[in-house]
Amino acid sequence: MWAGILEDAGRHTLLCAQALALATAIGAPLAAFAAARTHLRALLLALAAVGRTLPSIAVLTLLIPLLGVGTAPALVALVLLALPPIVINVDLAIRGVAPAARDAALGLGMSGGQCFRRVVVPLALPVALAGVRTASVEVIASATLATFIGAGGLGDDIVRALQTDNLALLLAASATVAAMAFAAELLFARTARAIEVHTS
Amino acid sequence: MSYLLAHPARVGALALAHAALVTGALAAACAIALPLGVLAARNARGSVVLLGALGAIYTIPSLALLALLVAACGLGSLPIFVALVAYAQFVLVRNIAAGIRSIDPAERDAAVAMGMTPRDVLMRVEFPLAMPVIVGGVRIAAVAMIALATLGGYVGAGGLGSLIFTGLALHHTDEIVAGSIASATLAVLVDVTLRGVERALRYGVSR
Repeated sequence: MWAGILEDAGRHTLLCAQALALATAIGAPLAAFAAARTHLRALLLALAAVGRTLPSIAVLTLLIPLLGVGTAPALVALVLLALPPIVINVDLAIRGVAPAARDAALGLGMSGGQCFRRVVVPLALPVALAGVRTASVEVIASATLATFIGAGGLGDDIVRALQTDNLALLLAASATVAAMAFAAELLFARTARAIEVHTS
Repeated sequence: MSYLLAHPARVGALALAHAALVTGALAAACAIALPLGVLAARNARGSVVLLGALGAIYTIPSLALLALLVAACGLGSLPIFVALVAYAQFVLVRNIAAGIRSIDPAERDAAVAMGMTPRDVLMRVEFPLAMPVIVGGVRIAAVAMIALATLGGYVGAGGLGSLIFTGLALHHTDEIVAGSIASATLAVLVDVTLRGVERALRYGVSR
């Protein structure tokens, strides 16, 4: 039993890590770019708000007619689900940087790019990371539902355990996926604390 | 879209059942969260432990929790009801405690000095002043619960999730689309309404 769970946990982790990395790579620059542009920012935040109201199972299943079933559509769905919290927090983080800090950097003669890289990004990082942390918990939970569109992972074990009334498998698979979510939370909390200590 | 247009009565009935499930769970969740939130606002160390435990529940992936609840209490609406109540606790208790803590101590002192009993202070000063933050928590919880309740379709609890899961089993994309749109619309409506309540309360409090 555990060998199968371990294999599925590996697939689960890989899928989540890929989705999180892609969503961060897309969402963070997008939100940073939009933060200073009124209309684009309003549009992006409105999209993020709507994205949050969509049930995960809806996002996963709605992609079937477009992309079919399997790992690839699940990855796309998970990226879509991870984007709202990342976009919202990166926006919050960048707007939370004290204007005085920015002014001081520019006053010291930094170029716009230098100011962004060396002042805005380090100061915004902890709050931005909190968004990735929220997204990670959501992605791990939603990846469990990806079993319904044939993407494998620990959801497979949970659904199989329910169908075959296998309590041992149910407990083991549920505990494993819950432990993964806790581990992700802990990892990001630790990282955020390390960054805060480093920058302050 | 065609399913939604062809069967508005059926989608409407499922949306109503969905709303009833979420409303019931939200009411139960608030009844549990209110005393816990007051407790967390009064006791700093207890609040860390309580919110840590509730946050842990919040972190458990929904399918895992739901599956365990099905094992414990069978199929139907009971497991999803319990899951919704459990998930809502973290947001509700956090906001109730934060709302009460954010009150200016001078307001509380004034109430005590006027001879109010602790009960009066809570009911007539603290709750009204904390209400905008509490309603903010209720709004976040309600929107999350509407989305989560679609999983009820998998355990036979009815609601809009049954459209999604039936559509998934029969490869009827139309039904999936109908269930998703209806559920998202319900969530947006609740979000907008409670935002309005929040704003009205804030205005009332600051006046």
